Amino acid sequence: MSKSLEADVKKICKACGNDRTRMMDIVRSVQEQCGCVSGEAMDLIAREVSCHRVEVESVVSFYAFLSTRPKGKVVIRLCDDVIDEMKGSDQVAAALKTELGIDFGETTADGAITLEHTPCIGMCDQAPAAMVNDEVVTYLSGDAARSMVRSLREHMDPKKLVGRFGDGNNGHDLVRSMVHNNIRQSGEVVLAPLAEGAALKNALAMSPAEVIRDVKTARLRGRGGAGFPTGMKWEFTRNAPGTQRYVLCNADEGEPGTFKDRVILTERPDVLIEGMTIAGYAIGSDTGVLYLRAEYAYLRSFLEQALHDRRNKGLLGKDICGKKGFNFDIRIQMGAGAYICGEETSLISSVEGLRGDPKNRPPFPAQKGLHQCPTTVNNVETFCCVSRILEKGPGWFAQMGSKGSPGTKVLSISGDCHRPGVYEVPFGIKLSDVLKLCGAEDAAAVQVGGPSGTMVSPAEFGRTICYDDLATGGSVMVFGPKRNLLKVVRKFLEFFIEESCGYCTPCRVGNVLLLERLNRILDGRGEPSDLPYLERLGQTIKTAARCGLGQTSPNPVLTTLKSFRSAYESLVKEAPDGLQPSFDIGAALGDAKTITGRESVHF
Amino acid sequence: MSETITFTIDGKEVSAQPGQTIMQAADAAGIYIPRLCAFEGLVPHGSCRVCTVMVNGRAQAACTQPVADGIVVENDTEKLLAIRRDIIEMLFVEGNHYCMFCEKSGNCELQALAYRFGIAAPKYPYLFPKREIDATHPDIFIDRNRCVLCGRCVRASRDVDGKGVFEFVGRGPQKRVAVNAEANLADTDLKTSDKAVEVCPVGAILRKRVGYAVPVGRRRYDHKPIGSDIEQAASKK
Repeated sequence: MSKSLEADVKKICKACGNDRTRMMDIVRSVQEQCGCVSGEAMDLIAREVSCHRVEVESVVSFYAFLSTRPKGKVVIRLCDDVIDEMKGSDQVAAALKTELGIDFGETTADGAITLEHTPCIGMCDQAPAAMVNDEVVTYLSGDAARSMVRSLREHMDPKKLVGRFGDGNNGHDLVRSMVHNNIRQSGEVVLAPLAEGAALKNALAMSPAEVIRDVKTARLRGRGGAGFPTGMKWEFTRNAPGTQRYVLCNADEGEPGTFKDRVILTERPDVLIEGMTIAGYAIGSDTGVLYLRAEYAYLRSFLEQALHDRRNKGLLGKDICGKKGFNFDIRIQMGAGAYICGEETSLISSVEGLRGDPKNRPPFPAQKGLHQCPTTVNNVETFCCVSRILEKGPGWFAQMGSKGSPGTKVLSISGDCHRPGVYEVPFGIKLSDVLKLCGAEDAAAVQVGGPSGTMVSPAEFGRTICYDDLATGGSVMVFGPKRNLLKVVRKFLEFFIEESCGYCTPCRVGNVLLLERLNRILDGRGEPSDLPYLERLGQTIKTAARCGLGQTSPNPVLTTLKSFRSAYESLVKEAPDGLQPSFDIGAALGDAKTITGRESVHF
Repeated sequence: MSETITFTIDGKEVSAQPGQTIMQAADAAGIYIPRLCAFEGLVPHGSCRVCTVMVNGRAQAACTQPVADGIVVENDTEKLLAIRRDIIEMLFVEGNHYCMFCEKSGNCELQALAYRFGIAAPKYPYLFPKREIDATHPDIFIDRNRCVLCGRCVRASRDVDGKGVFEFVGRGPQKRVAVNAEANLADTDLKTSDKAVEVCPVGAILRKRVGYAVPVGRRRYDHKPIGSDIEQAASKK
């Protein structure tokens, strides 16, 4: 056992109080310091925090950014989501491979650079993009990728890859990133500036019950996509038995095509933190956790500073705003590359230092959440709405938007449009108007709500963005007339297979089977009976899967079968000779041909 | 005295105690809800989804869903039977199940479920995964080809044996059961007397040298379908 590894691991574990529930921080630190979490390191961690080694392995093997085998000093993770592909990530990938002399999943012989793919990193409006360790590089091209590798070879410092900073706080000393906000339209709720503490002071002048009443009167619903009434969630949490309560902020924005939380975190961290603090007051909690996706690690120091500043101003910490006995503080919990952790119970598992498996419900987090204590989990944007409701009043908020969906929604728009970026729009806006805003009048299809949402055809562009029609956590992906929608569907399915936690059968196996049949159709071997097969399989997954990921994972197939059925029908055919077209006789005889060294005389 | 809860399963009135799951109440009432990952005495897992029922029109796992007064549970409906059949077939194609020479044949719950559902061959294509076998332990072996990821061994070892020999690693289709050692089962403290060895519903964890001690024809499900014990216990009452 190497002495230095032992010392490193011991030190890391000790810094985390040898606390098993801090496993995410421990394994992330070990990975960062030692290049991987090796078997030896797992043994050591298990010893230090008094758990079984296989429990550590269970966590490490779950998260995409953690590894049991050594990686290069620099890891390049090229985003391979569908929008990046549309914007030319294939050329970037080819350039990276040639320049590095390795394939994806490999490390250069000198152990310097590892090349990987990663799903959506929240940069679709500036695609193709990649992560180089924690740095984000955007607007890539083949040439840019080549020169990036050359300069990396010289200095091995990802920070030096950032040439010109992006707009707004992307140029802040603690961010220094080339990421752009691309705020195309600000609204009055989320992206407007807030006088520091204004909402919080109003809240503290009321009783917690009154704060909850205001949030209910505003009819605020969760902005992550599911749309659960926030006030009700808070009330359940407040009324649940227990002494310790938690406020969790879901900043694990992983739905492909969504990047609005990244912009809110960059430009309006105070509005978010204030909202969390108000939640703490309302539900009776002294501890908040901001769960930040690993892809946004470049924002971490900046956010830490925002928290620190508020502590100094008495807006966080003890006796907040002079209110005796109201103590509340927030810590940042980093994720490690797992879409499923955006599901609230998975997020809780992750904060507890476990695999990001969703939990069985009931009990719901409001009753038994983090460490079995009453917990409210809300989206970044939801907390921002809370701040504004407390600043301007529930009536002001409720008169915006549509009847069932008051307020505004921040959309992340990308794909085949002239003005990709972030738009704060009132709920109830027609999709056609959204498309006009972003310059996508010739759209042939729009995916609203990310892969788990709905593929909308031009005939339905009159539909509206709201909870009762097209619900979305913010993702709007536009596809022009030249795009092959079934290939988009394939991409989405591959994403769900990659990101499934594997806990329940329908999601773990069903999506693999959906993809198998879709590939058959795309290969020209599909039969008309494959369409009802896909529908039934999709329905089984939708009904029987355990969590939101599984229940929505067949949506790409199901919604396109409904709105774009002709795209499937044009590819499937009844076999004229009565043989199943899905059966490839050539492939089946392949091995025999090799062994006998001759062609089949029959086929 | 705690109050009694009443609700219906397929129209039949069932009574239950607060805190019971729908599955527990159904068992007591002699109504069989098919299941695979559930095992009496272990914490419910809710992973296989074979026990999916409709509760007031919403799909729920009967093994984890608590009873509540007045709920309307559907169990034996065409729709649910179709879903369960799909799930069982998924489990067959996901692994490599060689019933014809598996020593668990006749005692295997997955096989027994397939018989009960009348599944002769799955409608899905076999995925033929490459899975690891671990025969390092002197008395026990693991054949992951037959593993259905039900987590019984994980729960039994952790909660009953107090050992934590097994745990899930990886995610999605790569998810598998790992052992608490660098690689080999031989390096764990697993004993043949452990609950974890006994609870495997399929032939993934087996004791060595006892494989065919009970001949085919005299095995658990050779004459009566799985679930009939639950149904019969009620009819005797």
